[in-house]
Amino acid sequence: MGKTISEKIISEHVGRDVRPGEFVVARVDVVMAQDGTGPLSVQELKKMDMERVFDKRNSILFIDHASPSPRKELSNAQKLLREFSKKTGAFLSDVGEGVCHQRLVEDWVNPGNLVVGADSHTCTSGALGAFSTGMGSTDIALAFALGKVWLKVPETYKFIVKGKLPDGVYSKDIILHIIGKIGADGATYKAMEFEGDVIENLSMSSRFTITNMAVEAGGKTGLIGTDGITKSYLKKRGRGNKFREIKSDSDANFEKLFEIEANKLEPLVSFPHTVDNVKGISNIEDVKIDQVFIGTCTNGRLEDLRIAASILKDKKRHPDTRLIVVPASREVFLDALREGLIEIFLQAGAAVESPGCGPCVGIHKGVLADGEIVLSTQNRNFEGRMGNPEGFIYLSSPATAAASAIEGKIADPRRYLK
Amino acid sequence: MDIIHGKVWKFGDNVDTDLIIPARYLNMTDPEELAAHLFEPIKGENFNEIVGESDIVIGGDNFGCGSSREHAPIALKASGVACVVAKTFARIFYRNSFNIGLPLIIQPEAAEDIQDGEILNINLGEGKIKNQTTSKEYSFPALEGMMIKLLENKGLISYILNEGYDSSEKRESSG
Repeated sequence: MGKTISEKIISEHVGRDVRPGEFVVARVDVVMAQDGTGPLSVQELKKMDMERVFDKRNSILFIDHASPSPRKELSNAQKLLREFSKKTGAFLSDVGEGVCHQRLVEDWVNPGNLVVGADSHTCTSGALGAFSTGMGSTDIALAFALGKVWLKVPETYKFIVKGKLPDGVYSKDIILHIIGKIGADGATYKAMEFEGDVIENLSMSSRFTITNMAVEAGGKTGLIGTDGITKSYLKKRGRGNKFREIKSDSDANFEKLFEIEANKLEPLVSFPHTVDNVKGISNIEDVKIDQVFIGTCTNGRLEDLRIAASILKDKKRHPDTRLIVVPASREVFLDALREGLIEIFLQAGAAVESPGCGPCVGIHKGVLADGEIVLSTQNRNFEGRMGNPEGFIYLSSPATAAASAIEGKIADPRRYLK
Repeated sequence: MDIIHGKVWKFGDNVDTDLIIPARYLNMTDPEELAAHLFEPIKGENFNEIVGESDIVIGGDNFGCGSSREHAPIALKASGVACVVAKTFARIFYRNSFNIGLPLIIQPEAAEDIQDGEILNINLGEGKIKNQTTSKEYSFPALEGMMIKLLENKGLISYILNEGYDSSEKRESSG
């Protein structure tokens, strides 16, 4: 019997054929932690007297969650990561360089890789045909030192997205639709593979938005087979030679199959406090918004900023609605600057912040007041996620977020399409 | 494996890691410091002080969803929580808990029935939960290979130091 993408990649990294349900120890290609989870990994390696990394270039510490640091306690935790990097040679991606998941796809991950990270959204890289999954600090500590992890091989769910995406509907709406349909634990433990003509026509940027949110349905990873779009992305990133064809075999076993008709989709919004609480824009009445946030590993890429800027051009944010824009990486920021997008945001009344996770993690750069409502392009709307359990988080595409910033309430972006 | 005897603290569905330990405390790595903020958004500060040694947390669906922070199971364990029983667990929380030697049990019926404040006896080896307050009993399937090894070694680090990944790989492939 054939194999799914996950089964192929894990088999290659174990050195024999593996099947779903098996516990295995696998070799890894890329290992990372961030400033929230990394300090614990470093402390554990210190305790074990194992302060070393298996591969300097591919053991990475990202300072993105509280970046630049707003508090001395966090600064001290970050210092620990910088010292570890100096001592072991682990790669350091410091303040201002961007969100780990965006940086990983820009400069590290290749098709067929096995990637582990101490961050739940590590599944993002799966759009490059890599098996990429989030773990805890202990797993990652040992992966840094030994270059190995223990895994249970997951079963795979396949999602086939067919038809044509209507105007004003984006990959964010596709993944919100899927999570709304199967539930926040609808794919717990499973690998989620996405395919179909809609997926084939998406840019890499849009694909990353989909795999980024696999964990919001409980998935172990999100995966998309490689094709010409993957190839030209890697080429542009200077890694054209790292391209390889990787797809599930036609006789691979999928535990479940889901079909999604893209033609029927409309812009969607996820309501508080669970990601699967999804409503269509046509069913939403008058939700006033105190803050709009455009950015994150889900939707802070150049394509996202272009879409938001096209709506905000020559317009102002609503006087009662704050607008915060955070490019996902330094490179995204630079490109947006050169294209004039940053000027559009500033003219529209936005606060543009340095690359990183921004207010999504609830530590800095836009913590909500009691009772306030935010519409964000991030991936998660749990109670307390943005630093205040008395706040309310709604999730949407950058287009819906931009239109809502103008109107001061949740708004249909299709009214603003030219 | 150990017998767990303790009082129940019951929670609902989708208890995420931000509710177990908010992100602003992630700079802490000391288990005792983290414990002081356990369930702070739901229960307020210093909830850990009223949690008894060997108490049990009951959750609904998707317990531990969200961020990969291992601080969540660490704060639970350091507060005295000996075990979490839920209808379902989020995957990263599940592996993180076993990696630090905190056992989790998936038993939907028990998670539904059992109420706050009730007293339970849990036998991990036999797969039995006994509600001492109501006398009702529940069974759960035996834990799988790697999970047992993690609990026997009280976590992944001691497991690796004691046995190493390579020996485990040999054993898994021959078995």
